[in-house]
Amino acid sequence: MRIGVFVCQCGTNIASTVDTDAVAQKTLMLPDVVYSTSYMYTCSEPGQKEIQQAIAEHGLQGVVVAACSPRMHEPTFRRAVEKAGLNRYMFEMANIREHVSWIGTDREANTRKACDLVEMAVAKLRYNQPLFSSKVPIHKKVLVIGGGVAGIQAALDCAEGGLDVVLVEKKTTIGGRMAQLDKTFPTVDCSSCILGPKMVDVSQKENITLLASSEVENISGYVGNFKVDVRKKATYVDWSACTGCGACIEKCPSRKVPDSFNEELGNARAINIPFPQAIPKKAAIRREYCLHFTKGKCGVCKKICPVDAVDYEMQDEILTEDVGAIIVATGYDLFDHSVYGEYGGGRYPDVISGLQYERILSASGPYGGHIKRPSDGKEPRDIVFVACVGSRDASVDRPYCSGICCMYIAKQAILTKDHVPGSNSYVFYMDIRSPGKNYDEFVRRAQEEYGVQYIRGRVGKIYPRGDRMVVQGADTLLGMQVEVEADLVVLATGVESASGSRELAEKLRISYDQYGFYMESHPKLRPVETNTAGVYLAGVCQGPKDIPASVAQGSAAAAKVQALFSRDTIETNPQVALVNERSCISCGKCIQVCPYGAIQWKELRGGERKAEVLPSVCQGCGLCNATCPCKAIQLLHATDNQILAEVNELFG
Amino acid sequence: MNPHIHNEEMFMNRRVAYYQGCSLEGLAHEFDTSTREVCAALGIELVEIPDWNCCGSTPAHSLDPVLSAALSARNLAIAVREGADVVMTPCPGCLKSLKESLEVYHNPHQRQKLLDILGMPFDGEVKAVSVLQLLYEQVGPEAIRERVVRPLSGHSLVPYYGCLLSRPAHFARFDDPENPVSMDRLMEAVGASVPDFPYKTECCGATYGVTRNEIVGKLSGRILDMALGVGAEAVAVACPLCQQNLDLRQGQLNRQWKRNFDIPVVYITQIIGLALGIDPKKLGLHKLFVDAGVLLEKRESENSRAV
Repeated sequence: MRIGVFVCQCGTNIASTVDTDAVAQKTLMLPDVVYSTSYMYTCSEPGQKEIQQAIAEHGLQGVVVAACSPRMHEPTFRRAVEKAGLNRYMFEMANIREHVSWIGTDREANTRKACDLVEMAVAKLRYNQPLFSSKVPIHKKVLVIGGGVAGIQAALDCAEGGLDVVLVEKKTTIGGRMAQLDKTFPTVDCSSCILGPKMVDVSQKENITLLASSEVENISGYVGNFKVDVRKKATYVDWSACTGCGACIEKCPSRKVPDSFNEELGNARAINIPFPQAIPKKAAIRREYCLHFTKGKCGVCKKICPVDAVDYEMQDEILTEDVGAIIVATGYDLFDHSVYGEYGGGRYPDVISGLQYERILSASGPYGGHIKRPSDGKEPRDIVFVACVGSRDASVDRPYCSGICCMYIAKQAILTKDHVPGSNSYVFYMDIRSPGKNYDEFVRRAQEEYGVQYIRGRVGKIYPRGDRMVVQGADTLLGMQVEVEADLVVLATGVESASGSRELAEKLRISYDQYGFYMESHPKLRPVETNTAGVYLAGVCQGPKDIPASVAQGSAAAAKVQALFSRDTIETNPQVALVNERSCISCGKCIQVCPYGAIQWKELRGGERKAEVLPSVCQGCGLCNATCPCKAIQLLHATDNQILAEVNELFG
Repeated sequence: MNPHIHNEEMFMNRRVAYYQGCSLEGLAHEFDTSTREVCAALGIELVEIPDWNCCGSTPAHSLDPVLSAALSARNLAIAVREGADVVMTPCPGCLKSLKESLEVYHNPHQRQKLLDILGMPFDGEVKAVSVLQLLYEQVGPEAIRERVVRPLSGHSLVPYYGCLLSRPAHFARFDDPENPVSMDRLMEAVGASVPDFPYKTECCGATYGVTRNEIVGKLSGRILDMALGVGAEAVAVACPLCQQNLDLRQGQLNRQWKRNFDIPVVYITQIIGLALGIDPKKLGLHKLFVDAGVLLEKRESENSRAV
């Protein structure tokens, strides 16, 4: 084989601690290497040209580039050699930047290691074979998981572009957290008024299939061809018949059901529709509170329903959907405000979470939009907001900033003044983080126009005095302790990953960070992609963000799906396992270990059975390769011979 | 099954190494006697560590943490040599020193230095607990409830934990650091009513009593004021220094606050001892500065009053 080696200096990134000329000269001594050079920026256009010229002039059959991580530029160079007429798999990359120049300062040792890595790449390349991908059709249907504002936006944008969309929502209605909000910052416009039309759009778009009260159970397949099992949870109400009239709710005798839409302020019924604008506006029974299920009697809802929609026998149902792409928009949970023992959240009724206060402010909330405190229903005059409850605090394992609390406190304080003109609001804060468009001006308005008193410092303790709460904290600007007596204390609870986010990530085979937020493919340049092709992220499941950012990310994910679906076929990765039937002893171990179900039995003419790989399902993980006792199954582009050649080069 | 039954059986005739420290030989003598009495009544055998030495207190660890750790490690090492795997000390200051020495031992950068100073075999396989932790976690409120012969029904008591019993959290590894409840639960188990006490972990002023007495006056006075405010007849403590500031200095507090607080400050072991029917004299109740006789009054329980 005629091999060419191209050593990149990467400006000074590599050249400062690796003698790239020496590496090029040394590799020229290797058998089969007929051309070798070092260049300032091999990835640049002239750099690529140089490779292509060398291929032509020296009749190269294989190329090694010693440069950065293959995660950066392998696709670049593969395209370059392909344009010059080589097969893209007749190319190898040696990582002498991340693995050498960036991690060591000893120039001599670095140069030695760089030579070793290049030699290994050359050794492997000698065993490379041209590989060819095949084309499989794309199933042009997209699954959106989560019906909050990010998922809604993604679903609408996909549907607008003519794609079929399946929107799966865990709860009985879409709308997510935004539906629970009263107003939005910094415009103070009504949250359900701006979200409502989008929710209605979802229900009316013909190419959106809305599966509420449903959860993704299992996902198999790969980009372009995922198979998804969705569990449609029994609601005990036939939604095709239910008109959402609410007669059943009115008559339901089980009245002590914690109202989760109202953040446990006030009670709901065992059969319920969470809020008036719910989409779909259908009733559902919560089994654990229903007298029919717990006591075996009642049945009032069934009797009262004018369309006979109540069905106590209903069972969960598993639906299977074939989709080509998945957008994950599973949202977030809020930090449990009872974790800080010194604040008394959960113990004192008038110490509430930010979202509970949001429900109190809302006209569809537990008090009809009148600000009352939970303990005695009195209108509060003095209200204290405590920022960073479960944000920026390593002691509760939440060292990150939730990003939205500073803004929602300012909004809630402004709304408080609107609702109760004579009231006084105090905000204990660490720093004010308001970098969005018109955000800082909004906080200023809270302070200057609405007279909200901002106290810079942490709160140490909250306790009752008479029927009021004493908030004891530090004012770090005054350098002294302060005490504020309040009628109501709002803890600005931070954002945390949704419960179950890790389990879903395992099903999707995407990564998550230590707090359960999903990892984007690149923090700057691939913000909505995951490392699993065909799976995209939108909204807070990827990290704390506000409504505008969630909507933008929903649209971005939709655009990615549109781009993917603009082709009719997708090229498969040819780096898959292949069975050598003559060596296969039909033990079946590979079939057992394959996590993707990509290996099956194939019957030969004599009735003999051999293992067979389905290349379109194989993900190239190599488990079968390592398991096969007689090495009959090989992973192409990482065969035993290729790996041994590298090892021999290093230690031989 | 009651989970504590198992613990109780486990602790029957259980030997625990006992490190009393200097406070309990002096001003907090009654904390020592009541601890010994209560443990004996609950079937825990306390074996005093032979030839124990000073834990180093505040001066040692503020000057040289490893040297200070070696002081406490010597006490632990003797306990291990005597066959103990748990060392109990009633004093939170001593407890902190014992735990610090284990922390230094488990730090690979400091272990060898510690062992060099110590000069005796030590493998770190020992746990240090407070008497409160021993009673709450190993015996448990339910097991204590079953042994009560003289319930404190009708008495309203508040727990004062101070700064060290549950903090720093990663270090104490006991109870909720900011809203501890172990003493609450133990006092409820012996029949007392325990109102919510917001100042249960506020600072008492600690050793400022020596240098800036007015600071202790301000801080400790606040605690007593809050205790009376929530309707308590007595304050329960588990720290000799807290007890001293709230009880011994109560006369000073009265002068500074121009009040007459007159509220007894009692060790949790004394309270449990009373409920277990132990002679108040043996518990050293008479040694307290503010008379705690009010706890001996027999009252109808709230339940029987309701009937």
